[in-house]
Amino acid sequence: MNGLQLVFLLAALVSLFSAVMVVSARRMMHAALWLVLTLMGVAVIFVTLQSSFFAVVQVLVYVGAIAILIIFSVMLTRRVMEDQGDQVLPGWRAAALVAVLLFAVIVGFLALWQGFSAMLVELPSDADNLLELGKALVSPQGYVLPFELASVLLVAALIGAITIAVDLKEDQRG
Amino acid sequence: MLGNWLYIGIFALVALLMPAITILIAGFLSPKRPDPIKNSTYECGVETVGPNWTQIKIQYYVFALVFLIFDVEAILLFPWAVAYQFLPLYAILEGALFLLILAVGFLYAWRKGALEWF
Amino acid sequence: MDFLRDPIGFVIQWYVGWLGELGLPSSWVDVMAKLTGALVLATGAMLFVVFLIWYERKLIGRIQDRFGPNRVGPWGLLQPVADMLKIFTKEYITPIGADKITYNLAPILAVAAVLLLWSVLPLSVTVVGSDLNVGLLFLIAIGGLGEMSYILAGWGSNNKYALLGAFRLVAQLISYEVPLVLSALIPVMLAGTLSVTGIVQAQQGVWFIVAAPAAALIFFIASIAEIGRSPFDLIEAESELVAGYNIEYSGLKFGMFFVAEFLHAFTVSLIFATVFLGGWQGPGAEEIPVLGFVYLMVKTFVVYFVTVLFRGTLPRFRIDQMMNLNWKVLTPLSLALIIAMAIVGGVTRELPVFWQVIGFLLVNLLLLWAADHLMRLAQRRKTKINLAMQTGSGVLTTSTKHGTGE
Repeated sequence: MNGLQLVFLLAALVSLFSAVMVVSARRMMHAALWLVLTLMGVAVIFVTLQSSFFAVVQVLVYVGAIAILIIFSVMLTRRVMEDQGDQVLPGWRAAALVAVLLFAVIVGFLALWQGFSAMLVELPSDADNLLELGKALVSPQGYVLPFELASVLLVAALIGAITIAVDLKEDQRG
Repeated sequence: MLGNWLYIGIFALVALLMPAITILIAGFLSPKRPDPIKNSTYECGVETVGPNWTQIKIQYYVFALVFLIFDVEAILLFPWAVAYQFLPLYAILEGALFLLILAVGFLYAWRKGALEWF
Repeated sequence: MDFLRDPIGFVIQWYVGWLGELGLPSSWVDVMAKLTGALVLATGAMLFVVFLIWYERKLIGRIQDRFGPNRVGPWGLLQPVADMLKIFTKEYITPIGADKITYNLAPILAVAAVLLLWSVLPLSVTVVGSDLNVGLLFLIAIGGLGEMSYILAGWGSNNKYALLGAFRLVAQLISYEVPLVLSALIPVMLAGTLSVTGIVQAQQGVWFIVAAPAAALIFFIASIAEIGRSPFDLIEAESELVAGYNIEYSGLKFGMFFVAEFLHAFTVSLIFATVFLGGWQGPGAEEIPVLGFVYLMVKTFVVYFVTVLFRGTLPRFRIDQMMNLNWKVLTPLSLALIIAMAIVGGVTRELPVFWQVIGFLLVNLLLLWAADHLMRLAQRRKTKINLAMQTGSGVLTTSTKHGTGE
């Protein structure tokens, strides 16, 4: 076992453990903070895959923006302080069954995937994957349509969220 | 590439441990005389009323949301900016179009009053 | 002679060589060298804060027509050392009902988030730290960890003021991150790389502040807002929030927030000097690396001087004014700037560099002028509406739906 594998194992363990804590923490705020740790673990896994850009984006977007959005929305609720109450759903048996089935299906499909047994190809050391990504994003042979559609999607998200939130805001101001 | 990240990983450990150890050392040096009044929540001498974890206003959420949209947008533009010098003019205009579409959404948010703090 | 030209690089080479001679395997030598480098840099940065505090207090004192610290040591130089020794022996007061883990983690994370910025900044030609190919984004992303530390502090303290202060601060930080990220796109466009070293090297001929003064201005204002200093120090707002997120902290835990703030102020000046003022570039910096380090420090202190000048002279914004400046001035301006710069750069690509820079410069100045003009127009309209409301002519009152104030 080399250092890289050790780092990967540690990051994977931290992510998995904190992911479990996200769903089992009693306070919503704690769950949100555990989620941050999970996301950091995923960022480290991106690093071990030599994908610097995605590691940084993971921290910038998920930790820096989405986690903060989630924390803000936790603080919007009135039940922040509530520790007590039943944590188990009434239909937890059915939910557990679905979860196990889903897990089995995912594992089954992944086991069939050829990628696991394939050997990794070393990137040439002078390859700048950011540059290639940038070129591909706007080239007609590449991803220009998804790129522009992403912009439309972002606008749709923005408008949708504002339509909902601004009405609430007017109410609060009321 | 990994060597660079190794340095950052080591640096992160050092950066976390250094303040932690300093705080610990100061903890040994400092006196410990807690009492209930001293440890009570500081509200300028007024007794605390109600739970301390209060609800925040919705505007925080709106700003976080607009921020998230712009963050994602900027992330998508960074590879474009890196490749900028090698792009033909139409590809540059595609990037500008990307921004213009978002500017429409921004204008909507502005007109709707989502960017007002009250 | 080698030592005089590049003392830091010389010591590093000598140290790595010495480690190799000890007979360690090469991977261990690498790890040891990196560990030592990180330790030295982080310790140096933390100790440097002592000097920064003195510099800033002295300067603020002069601005306010006082002497500043002048009792302990020559020119009061030892004043921060004395303060530090004192804060070391202060009791930690943990408020009742505090969330222990988050409460204690916050000051550590606050310092770590700032220290980590130093890992990717090139200090001279030979001392580059980590030349990450996404360095600039890394610098911005680490800011997110800082935000997290404020949330931890505000939430862990079990105090309403701390909570309100923390959330207000985070709202400010994330808002100003938008123009920060957008204006950071422009040096990336000009340099064609995200690596901080690459950006410094691309400024061999022209500093980016010359080619893109508007972007530099936006980046600078957003940076000041990111460190939460006057005129953006609403987090402190003694009159309304007592002291913001760190109110329940005492002793060195409070001191750590203090250290983080000062170091952050210096570090954003360093980042600004690196991204827009050419970093270590200067006459002879390639041949004599230590000269590059000196240049970088001089530039950084000039920028830092301006931030302190801002802090000493400008009054605090109201929160709605601060948000308006960000969302209604800086963000649209940076969006327009990116589009305009991209098109001008694309059109003038065939021309020599000189004309290209002139083109960029003109576009920047034009947009700055337009922004200024629009702001004046908006202000004039607002005054008119207010006047109309006061005199009770009532015709214009319907258009003040989004007026100011609570």
